[in-house]
Amino acid sequence: MAQVQESIEKKLHAALAPAFLSVENESHNHNVPAGSESHFKVVIVSDQFEGKQLLARHRLVNAALKEELQGTIHALALHTLTPSEWAARGGETNASPPCLGGGK
Amino acid sequence: MDVLDRIREQVESNPVVIYMKGTPQMPMCGFSSRAVEALKSCEREFAYVNVIADPEIFENLPRFADWPTFPQLYINGELVGGCDITLEMAESGELQKAVQAAVDSADKA
Repeated sequence: MAQVQESIEKKLHAALAPAFLSVENESHNHNVPAGSESHFKVVIVSDQFEGKQLLARHRLVNAALKEELQGTIHALALHTLTPSEWAARGGETNASPPCLGGGK
Repeated sequence: MDVLDRIREQVESNPVVIYMKGTPQMPMCGFSSRAVEALKSCEREFAYVNVIADPEIFENLPRFADWPTFPQLYINGELVGGCDITLEMAESGELQKAVQAAVDSADKA
């Protein structure tokens, strides 16, 4: 159960030593079979993002999840923050969009 | 033409181009829809490529700029990011500035 989710969590912990990490399976919002692990939302707070543009931060996450992104993950909503940005936001991120049916 | 050359030509000949699922009028994915709405709010023309209608680009774009997902936004030939980055930049006002500067300087050239 939840193998992909666990693997995402494990790899991000190992790669980025996050101060906060939330990996949410949002597949139920999409046109996929029940129990799928295809659509995820990741909120990750790490001091390794300090001084880096968003593009570079996302690249760090994408690199850590390379295997998953080539295989099972169809969509990855990504919110990458430094500890001070996270505190300034009061721990809030935008909701992911609903599916519009385009498929893979 | 090789597909990577085709992509390079698209991103270099258009100051702003988004690779998306569907079209700006009829997006086929929530992420593409949100990103393209943010682009529309910049009040400049932009180009788009519907990756669902072009399987060769769909297959090869991820290796063009080493970016695994769609949509992908390019300004002045450079990858800006995907949906989440586009939205965060729109919220901060950075996106509007970058798009307007790119289109306006291309118009003058």
